[in-house]
Amino acid sequence: MPRCLLRNGQLVADEWLYLAEAAAQDLAVTANAPLIVPFSQWQSEPDSLRVRGGRLGVLLSPSDQIEALAPHLARFALVAAQFPGPGEGRGYTQARLLRERWNFTGELRASGYVRRDQLFFMARCGFNSFELPQSELPDAARAFATFTAAYQTCNDAGLPLKLPRDIPANA
Amino acid sequence: MYRYDLTDKTLVKERVAQFRDQTRRYLDGSLSEDEFRGLRLRNGLYIQRHAPMLRVAIPYGLLSSIQLRTLAKIARRYDRGYGHFTTRQNIQYNWPKLNEVPDILAELAEVEMHAIQTSGNCIRNITSDHLAGVTANELEDPRPWCEIIRQWSTFHPEFTYLPRKFKIAVTGAPQDRAASLVHDVGVHIVRGPTGDIGFEILAGGGLGRTPIIGQVVRAFLPREHLLTYLTAILRIYNLEGRRDNLTKARIKILVRSMGIEEFTRRVEAEWELLRGAGPRVEDTEVARMRGFFTPPAYLARPDTQPDAHRETAFRAWYRYNTAPHKVPGYRAVYVSLKKPGSPPGDATDAQMDLVADLADRYSFGEARVTHTQNLLLADVEQHKTYELWQALQAADLATPNIGTLTDMICCPGLDFCSLANAGSIDVAKLINERFDDYDYIYDLGEIDVKMSGCMNACGHHHVGNIGILGVDKGGEEWYQITIGGAAGADASLGSVIGPSVAKMQVPETIARILDVYVQRRRPEERFLDTVRRLGVKPFKERVYAALLAA
Repeated sequence: MPRCLLRNGQLVADEWLYLAEAAAQDLAVTANAPLIVPFSQWQSEPDSLRVRGGRLGVLLSPSDQIEALAPHLARFALVAAQFPGPGEGRGYTQARLLRERWNFTGELRASGYVRRDQLFFMARCGFNSFELPQSELPDAARAFATFTAAYQTCNDAGLPLKLPRDIPANA
Repeated sequence: MYRYDLTDKTLVKERVAQFRDQTRRYLDGSLSEDEFRGLRLRNGLYIQRHAPMLRVAIPYGLLSSIQLRTLAKIARRYDRGYGHFTTRQNIQYNWPKLNEVPDILAELAEVEMHAIQTSGNCIRNITSDHLAGVTANELEDPRPWCEIIRQWSTFHPEFTYLPRKFKIAVTGAPQDRAASLVHDVGVHIVRGPTGDIGFEILAGGGLGRTPIIGQVVRAFLPREHLLTYLTAILRIYNLEGRRDNLTKARIKILVRSMGIEEFTRRVEAEWELLRGAGPRVEDTEVARMRGFFTPPAYLARPDTQPDAHRETAFRAWYRYNTAPHKVPGYRAVYVSLKKPGSPPGDATDAQMDLVADLADRYSFGEARVTHTQNLLLADVEQHKTYELWQALQAADLATPNIGTLTDMICCPGLDFCSLANAGSIDVAKLINERFDDYDYIYDLGEIDVKMSGCMNACGHHHVGNIGILGVDKGGEEWYQITIGGAAGADASLGSVIGPSVAKMQVPETIARILDVYVQRRRPEERFLDTVRRLGVKPFKERVYAALLAA
């Protein structure tokens, strides 16, 4: 069964495979299925991955530097930031840097420990797709409307913010 | 004071709804204990020794009388009739019921208050000088800047899952009454080379297991760049701060391991990249915020001293519990929460109600919480201080000890806190019992005692002139004593005098330390300065000269 995820507010079946999943399913990594490869692997064995014809995504670990990824960004249709546990917060900065400094317009995915209570903040940082546990999926989209106001201006397109404001604020 | 607009009101109401939903999901089992912990902590809710503890934010310590009455009502209705004011100008309730916390938050929202980000690994309440706006020598009232930072940091999407908690203090006067040098970031209002108002930015201060004094990252930051500069600091910290070890996760450890030069280089480089993108603090926004903190309608009053014919008790109180005001004929009046025998910083619901009434009657309807765990009525007409004193005295709120030995800072300790190794409230009581002679206390002059029940240092013992740290020794409560710490503009960390002492020996230990001071001080020399001049040695020798009596 394909993974289900929340993308642009919609529940969709995930067409992407992680490299490890592809390997486990005995699919050749040179096939044309869209494939998400760990950034470390992209750096260490680029040749086998660069010749692929299919779409490529990259999986960032929290300690990966966006500056190191930036020169390769045009090659990727998707960037997934990994959240290994509930306290992880580096992905929020990675997302903002990708969207705001490097103008990445592809799919930006939150992967790993992702729960509905984080979605509002993740979305504001620029994530537009979310791998949630099965049990969280039905209600999760409601989380984007947790707050309808904000003090900061971020990547808010698509969020139901009625009162977005940057400082200076207008009463 | 700042008044909520539609954005603020919407946010706190939506926060109540969010937390109500999270609590419901925890109680019905769909959120695990672990998952709920991270969520409740961001709302100031700890699970403590006896019950949950709820910390409510009091931004930069400022309260309207209406808000203070609501805090009293919450203490009465949802708690056991009291609250505990903290060194970060917040209030804590020790006995709320978990399922009632959403209702408490709803009551707070009604009076423009909340518990957002009062714990958890995020940007905490912004603290400031409790004499802001009334002290004569400040460059500028820091509170508009505190409010600008409060709004920017509230639900900041990028900085909600930091490596560890993050505390910011802002001051505008040369005296640092907010302990800004032991904050993750200290913001000092200063004048730049061309005379413009801007900020000196410090980072990397903190107490806890590894006490460190903050260091200057930027000597002068033009004021419009305040938020981009804070963003740069937080961003470097969010990416580079340690997440593998809770005790090494504060920014102070990052600054220390990188070195201040490299940390500064990283922050400046990041700032260069983001400063153009904003958020820039425009003059119109500063003007709007300043508009919330304009001086009240002071009356023209002569600057007089209290009548000499008043009783000694009043004159002592006036001397110690009131502070000069920049407007002639006015005083700032401390409401002492340090009555001997009562836990330092605690106030009952009736006391809070009374202070709210007195604020309405004598101080333009506002009260403040001080870093030293007292309350303050900032704008009292000098000639009304006598009747105010009478009213405070009747409610046990006029203990004339502000700035003296018995004005102790103290954490809740073993009695309430699940982290503590040892009691602190009962030690405060022992100290009060031993030192009950006000002539002696006044003769000692300015001296601050700070006490923490464990290494987490909520009682700021490292920066106490006398610091007392509770340690666990084979299941018994022992206390390590430091001297020479200070929290102000000349902040320093205290030095340990020697082996820890048993609980009953703490008062005698302090008595011996004070004996050395009294014998060796120079005329008008403060305790702190005597310790700095003499070093620890003579104090240590006296304390451990003969076996301490148990």
